[in-house]
Amino acid sequence: MKKMLFALLFAPLAGLLVARAALAQEEGYPLDHAPIDQRDLVSLQAGARTFVNYCLSCHSAHFMRYNRLEDLGLTREEIEDNLMLASDKIGSTMTVAMTEEDGKKWFGVAPPDLSVIARARGADWLYTYLRTFYRDPKSATGWNNAVFPHVGMPHVLWALQGERALETRTIKEDGETKVEYEWKQLTPGALTEPQYDTTVRDLVNYMVYMSEPAGLVRKRIGVVVLFVLGILFVLAYLLKREYWKDVH
Amino acid sequence: MASRMAALRDWIDARMPTLGEEYRKHLTEYYAPKNFNFWYYFGSLALLVLVIQIVSGIFLTMNYKPDAALAFGSVEYIMRDVPGGWIIRYIHSTGASAFFIIVYLHMFRGLIYGSHRQPRELVWLFGMLIYLALMAEAFFGYLLPWGQMSYWGAQVIVNLFNAIPYIGPDLALWIRGDYVVSDATLNRFFAFHVIAIPLVLLALVVVHLLALHDVGSNNPDGVEIKKHKDASGRPLDGIPFHPYYTVKDIVGVVVFLAIFAFVMFFVPNGGGYFLESNNFIPANPLQTPAEIAPVWYFTPYYSILRAVPPMFDSQFPGVLAMGVAVLIFFFLPWLDRSPVKSIRYRGPLFKIALAVFVASFFVLGYLGTVPTNAWGQFGAWLGDAQRATVVARIFSTLYFLFFFLMPWYTAHDRTKPVPDRVTAH
Repeated sequence: MKKMLFALLFAPLAGLLVARAALAQEEGYPLDHAPIDQRDLVSLQAGARTFVNYCLSCHSAHFMRYNRLEDLGLTREEIEDNLMLASDKIGSTMTVAMTEEDGKKWFGVAPPDLSVIARARGADWLYTYLRTFYRDPKSATGWNNAVFPHVGMPHVLWALQGERALETRTIKEDGETKVEYEWKQLTPGALTEPQYDTTVRDLVNYMVYMSEPAGLVRKRIGVVVLFVLGILFVLAYLLKREYWKDVH
Repeated sequence: MASRMAALRDWIDARMPTLGEEYRKHLTEYYAPKNFNFWYYFGSLALLVLVIQIVSGIFLTMNYKPDAALAFGSVEYIMRDVPGGWIIRYIHSTGASAFFIIVYLHMFRGLIYGSHRQPRELVWLFGMLIYLALMAEAFFGYLLPWGQMSYWGAQVIVNLFNAIPYIGPDLALWIRGDYVVSDATLNRFFAFHVIAIPLVLLALVVVHLLALHDVGSNNPDGVEIKKHKDASGRPLDGIPFHPYYTVKDIVGVVVFLAIFAFVMFFVPNGGGYFLESNNFIPANPLQTPAEIAPVWYFTPYYSILRAVPPMFDSQFPGVLAMGVAVLIFFFLPWLDRSPVKSIRYRGPLFKIALAVFVASFFVLGYLGTVPTNAWGQFGAWLGDAQRATVVARIFSTLYFLFFFLMPWYTAHDRTKPVPDRVTAH
């Protein structure tokens, strides 16, 4: 009876979670898994450098303070000398000089603040998005994107990745339509493909960190909390058993 | 030491005997059935989560800014610059979902063991009022982070009131305090969330417990322990709530806190259900998101709302169906005509009906989180109907049939003999 009740309650729940996970995969360009690692400080530092060099020209990170980068094993001097291109106060947040009006004028839409973009979009989306720009003569910037069609942003990292073209073909197979994507390298970039993937991986790794700086310590604290609760459980259980000895 | 404690007790008793009397009445001399099982943890856990939400909420209020221009940033300020702020925020966001999970399990417990039946109808009714207050509390609170889902979720739900005939538009305007959800709305929702509804909730919880302690707790056997008392008037199958159930509930509390902590520290987003990714985009009144869905705990009702087609050019039938889906719980004590209370002694009809109802609740809950075109469409032979909508309609019907047919199937069900006393604990 008891087991039936549990099955009744939790089996459909599990089934629905699986169904939703499957659903999320269905439409649009398939997302690559972002091989990020929040414990990899070297990767996070490299990502921070790419972020301030490339992204921070147009995008702000209003909620991220420069001195918070000490989390990544950097000293104040290192942050001031290498990463603070747009500000001179270590306690200030990552703002940009570009105004919203300018952004709208130049790109059609103001570049969004990136502080928590990784929580809104997800790491896999960012990782795939930043690696799927292609040349498109029909767009205003000359660029388009496989994950975010008609995006306002041009390919800022193009010098690293080089220019690429994308061909999409729609194939009908057994009544189901499939889309196939074929990439062509038009001009070489400064980096090889694996190098570029690593650069984007580091950048996304950093953006995930930036979206939740507490994420670096969260799990470590969680382990301690669960350990303490484990001990408390044993004590609470023994106490209960002791009291309930005389209940028959 | 012991004599000092006794002296203190005497000192208080001489001045305010009520304290000791109430302590005995509700704890040391409140006799609870000795056969409570797993399902009986959720009452005390609900009380715990209420306290967790109030305390974490107080700390959040110290740094949160109820201002359309500052709200989103102040939440991020709490997450980054306030020491320990992220812990408080995750406690509160996880607590919101935990509250509903626990309350749903608590209600389910009532349903399977007949805790809503005579003589506990008032306990059930006050419990339902708590549930309504909780929904209001969650709805008002969800606007405060001022993300896209906060904003558009509130917009959609307030617009439901628009559909009410005659008074609708004025009512919606009165709730919002503006023609769209705006700074004025945020301010009043903040007031409702941090003081008005919590006061109502606390008062209702007190009344719920008072009502319970007057009639005494039900139990998994659905028998009345007060029918068999010893010479001193204590129920033979009852044990004092304190210390027996306080020490037992502590075990439940620790297990609950472990699950709670696991979510908080390892998966605070709750798979995108507890904290929705779209809510990390600041509210933008000019940009409607492609998909607006309420938080998971409202989605069964949201599904029912969407399942009902507009009639006479009005969305009101859907809104009405959704309202009935919630309010019908109030009538359960009178819809249930079974001679037995507990599922242990009920027959197959009730068990099947209950299984169908639980399945409906989950399926509708799931469908409410995805767009109506999630499963594509049927072929032309079914008028190109959306599969998900058809499924939602079927399960909405089943949801209501559970209640509407209840007087019939509970009365005609085959039941087993109910024991005189509680069975083994």
